[in-house]
Amino acid sequence: MPINYYIFLSLALFVIGIVGVLTRRNAIIIFMCIELMLNAVNLLLVAFSKMHHLAKAGTDATAGTDGQLFVFFIMVVAAAEVSVGLAIIVMMYRNIHSVDVNFLNRLKH
Amino acid sequence: MSITQILFWFLTVLTVFSALMVVVSKNPVYSVLWLILTFFCISGHYVLLNAQFLFIVNIIVYAGAIMVLFLFVIMLMNLNKSSEPQKNRWLRMAGVLAGGCLLLIFVAALKNIDIRKQVAETNTGDIGLIQNLGKALFNEYVVPFEISSVLFLSAMVGVVVIGKKEAP
Repeated sequence: MPINYYIFLSLALFVIGIVGVLTRRNAIIIFMCIELMLNAVNLLLVAFSKMHHLAKAGTDATAGTDGQLFVFFIMVVAAAEVSVGLAIIVMMYRNIHSVDVNFLNRLKH
Repeated sequence: MSITQILFWFLTVLTVFSALMVVVSKNPVYSVLWLILTFFCISGHYVLLNAQFLFIVNIIVYAGAIMVLFLFVIMLMNLNKSSEPQKNRWLRMAGVLAGGCLLLIFVAALKNIDIRKQVAETNTGDIGLIQNLGKALFNEYVVPFEISSVLFLSAMVGVVVIGKKEAP
């Protein structure tokens, strides 16, 4: 498939994630939108790695491996980030009995 | 239209639709379920790009572990009633407008780039297989790999410290 399609698909997913972060107030849904943005970037990295592999097909048999490994590391960091973030949300719910981010604008209680 | 193209367009439409439903759904549990569908569609794209290792890792890590964690937290908090307070209308419209402006700028910037004639190869190529990725991971990237294990350990310790009930 032309790389153009993958660029615009990832762009659409990324912008949907941004709109979700800007319009929702539930902290968990904001987190899910961040995951969506990370996945858009992952998809584009894989598409670019396959494009690079095809472009360097004659000379370098392993061209494009790096892109897929970056995706792997992004997944690792995302897993760690989600576990810490959800722990913070649970802590927040325990203190103010809500996951509404508007209650947090004072940074104190 | 070949079968690859049909599958690509089907997955693309389904991905964008389910991503929209994540944002639009009122109930957080439905949002999580739509997000799981989005991740499965993205995994389908990985299969089309012949990145089988990332396909299976995406299913296991995202659709398996992370989404179960989200569902677990939502059900722990008993949030599955749709009584979430909404932002006021103007703020929501401003958010959508800002996202739309960003989309417009990106499309205008990427419309005429010179790599757009290039092709991402589908159904072929073996760099996405476990053998090649494993060789690269444990030869060139072994230090970042070990550092990521330290990151996981510190995240685990952090979660336990944050989530612990304080002594009264």
